[in-house]
Order: sequence, then C-alpha cells, then structure tokens
Amino acid sequence: MTRRVAGTRRVAITGLGAITPVGEDVVRFWESLRAGRSGIGPISTVDCARLRFKNGAEVAGYDPSRHFSDKELSLLDRFAQFGLLAAREALAMAAIEWTPRLRDRAAVVTGSCLGGKITEDEAFAAVYDGAGRRVHPFAIPRAMANAGASQIAMEFGLRGPAYTVSTACASATHAIGQAFWLVRSGAAEVAVTGGSEAPFALGHLKKWEALRVVAPDTCRPFSRDRRGMILGEGGAMMVLEPLDAALARGAAILGEVVGFGMSADAHHATQPAAEGAALAISAALEDGGLEPEQIGYVNAHGTGTQVNDPIETAALRLVFREHAGRLAVSSTKSMHGHALGAAGAIEAVATVLALRDGVLPPTVSFTEADPECDLDVIPNEARRTQVEYALSNSFAFGGLNGVLAFRRWT
Amino acid sequence: MAERAESIETRVIAAIVKSQDVDPAKVTPGTTFEELGMNSLDALALINELEEDFAVEIPNEEAMGLSSVGQAVECIRRLAAP
Repeated sequence: MTRRVAGTRRVAITGLGAITPVGEDVVRFWESLRAGRSGIGPISTVDCARLRFKNGAEVAGYDPSRHFSDKELSLLDRFAQFGLLAAREALAMAAIEWTPRLRDRAAVVTGSCLGGKITEDEAFAAVYDGAGRRVHPFAIPRAMANAGASQIAMEFGLRGPAYTVSTACASATHAIGQAFWLVRSGAAEVAVTGGSEAPFALGHLKKWEALRVVAPDTCRPFSRDRRGMILGEGGAMMVLEPLDAALARGAAILGEVVGFGMSADAHHATQPAAEGAALAISAALEDGGLEPEQIGYVNAHGTGTQVNDPIETAALRLVFREHAGRLAVSSTKSMHGHALGAAGAIEAVATVLALRDGVLPPTVSFTEADPECDLDVIPNEARRTQVEYALSNSFAFGGLNGVLAFRRWT
Repeated sequence: MAERAESIETRVIAAIVKSQDVDPAKVTPGTTFEELGMNSLDALALINELEEDFAVEIPNEEAMGLSSVGQAVECIRRLAAP
C-alpha cells in the first residue's frame, strides 16, 4: 500500500448535516441564517422556575420518535441523537459508494463538551431525591462523551479511527481539524466529523447560572449593550474525503477544508487572551498556505459576553492588521445560540454554505456598535458577497483555541 | 441602624478575608478588588459567598459592576434592607 506524504492531499467536503434551533436539516438551517431568523426563546424542555435565566436556543418541536425506535432511544441521550441525525444527513448527501475496505479506513471524529448531561442529570436526581428511584441501566453508555462517535460508527459500519474531542466550546472545531488532518495525511480515506450537544438539563443550567455569563434576554454579539451568551443545542456533521477521490466518483463538492490551527492561551480559566487566539488564527493560515489578505469572511466565536467579543476583535486585528477593516465577520450564535461542543460544527457548516452560495450570514439582534468591537459584523441582514476563503473561530474556556480555514469550490 | 450598617460591613470584610485568604488589616471600604489581587473569577466566588451569607440575590449586571469592598457593602446594604 502506498502512503502519500503528509499534507499533500486536498480535502473536499461532500456531505453536510445539521439539526439546530433554526432548522432540523441543512436546507432549513441555511434558509434561517440567510433570513436572519433567531431560534432563541423561552426554554421549554426544563422548568426554569429555579433559574435566573429563562431563554435558550432549543430544537423546538423535536420529536425523537420520528427518528428512532424506543429500543434505540434507550441507548441514545439527546446529544447522541443529534449527532447521529446530522451524520445521517451528511452521509446521505455524500452518497459514498462503500466498500469493505473503505469502511475500514473511514474515520469518525466528533466533538462534545458535555456528553450526555440530560442522562446524567436524571441519574443524579434519582439517586439524591430520596424517592428510591433506580438509575437507568444504560446511563453509562448513554452519557459517555464518545457516545455520538460510537453510534455513528455502529450505524454505518465505519471501522477506522474514531474518537471524541472535548475542549469545551472548541470541541467540534478541534474534531473537524483532526479529521481534516487524518484525511489530508492519508491516515483515513474518508471522515465523518462534527459535534453535538444537549445542554438543557437543570443541574447543568444551574452551573451556568452560577458563572453569570448567560444573558437574560438574547445574544447580541459585538453590540455595545450585549448582556451575555445564550445556550443552544443541536448537532452538525460533515463528510470529508480526498478531493481526487471525490472527483473520480463524480461527487458533488460543497467546499474544501484547507487549513487548521490550534493554540492554548496559557492564561486564565475563563477569560480569553487575544495573543492566544491570534496564534490559532495564524496557525490555520499557515497550515493552509494562506495570506491574511485572502480571507474574506470570518465566522466569529462571538459569544456575546462582555469579555469575549472585544478580545476576539483584538485577536483578528493582531493577525489581519489593516485587512481587518475589510473582513466581513459575523456571529451566527446570535441565531442558533451557543451549542458549546457542537458550536464549531454548526458554524463550520454555515461557513461552507456562505462560501458556496456567496451569501454571508448576519449577526442578528445587533443594536449599537461597540468601539471595542470595531469590525464589519454584518449587522442584522445577510449580505450577498462572494468570498473565496473563510475562517471559523472557536475559543474555549480554559483558553484552548481552534480555527478552521475553508475554500469555496469552483 | 448604624449598628446594623457596621455589622454588614464587618461581615462583608470577614467574607472577603475568608474567601480570598487575605490579611484583614488590608481590607477597608476603600480597598479595590484589584488591590487585593482578585481577578474576575475571584470576584465571582466572593459574590457567591455574599449571596449565601446574606441570603440575597445579586443580579448579574450589578454583580459585574462591583469592584471594591465599599461597593460590595453598599450593594448588600441595599439588597438586605428589611
């Protein structure tokens, strides 16, 4: 078997999948982002009487029984359901002609910050409420953070490298970056990669309440009057394969992954550092052999907290210097919320579609410019602009950063 | 009233000394959190402690605006008012 030299293969995206608060498939997700529709509203799946915040971005009206049997659901926490559904959509779109050999060389790399928090919350409540209730016998396999990756591998018989990355809000970005490197280097012939998250469990929400970073109203990234983040849920996946293989089988190519960079701030548990974020952005550019001036759009981490948005602005200015003024930058979290370990995947899908269609999604709920966030943030309305290269930023608590670079396919 | 005010101040300072492990002699109403070497997470921990001790709820935006011992005392005095 011949192995190519690492880094010589171009990597095509041939499938996308998404289940989000603004659409339960890629088509509806993208329609919503283009229309600037927000999925943020009162949290309905958790009783918020004991919570100081009431709003979130849920996959409203999601009905697991439409997708899974009761027996299947006994092994699937909501986060794994989202991962599996996104993978099903992405793999159906990619329409790969599977052979036993290809399945043996197919990677599954997922991101999840939390694992099965709803399962865990139910188990802990059963233990501690004194009513003598029993813990579900499958609580362990349901709640493990790699449940999504394992379920995808099992459903599609994929037997290559499979694992889950957990780096808080950068989990899915790190996962996609690793999958990209596996395919680029020849360590895998195809990869299903992305992330999923289901954070709406009371015990978990109380932890966010204690940290005081969740907005009481909505998510307004880069606005002067922003009041914090809004938690979101969902999943997104993409299928990656060598460009040559995709062309040879006549696959529809949606875009290319061209670069990936990572860094650590080595600074603070929750506060980001511009220099650390800038290192990851520069690393992604270098990995893709890109000059800063080639980038036209950045899907920002843009959480809408007081601290993140000015630091991210400073990081972009550090790397792009005067070109920062010409960059279009938006935070789609203003629509789909912050899906933590899935955020990077949802935003990567948005970035790929922005390049494909020449439409840049907006930062909605934008009210008033903040001098500390002096970027072109595409306020409130999508913009028709054809861009050749774009970045997707993820900066996690704990100071762990990941940045992906994508290229439009023509 | 004066007695109550004093006791709130004493209790807030005690909470700071305990949660931040600082020298009581260095904590006066005029001391800023920064002077005590407190970062944002330290302030968060202190605010949590104060909510617990005084059985009050400090709204997020008010909590984020606190940057000195005197401000914390004033905030608690207002919220703990009968």
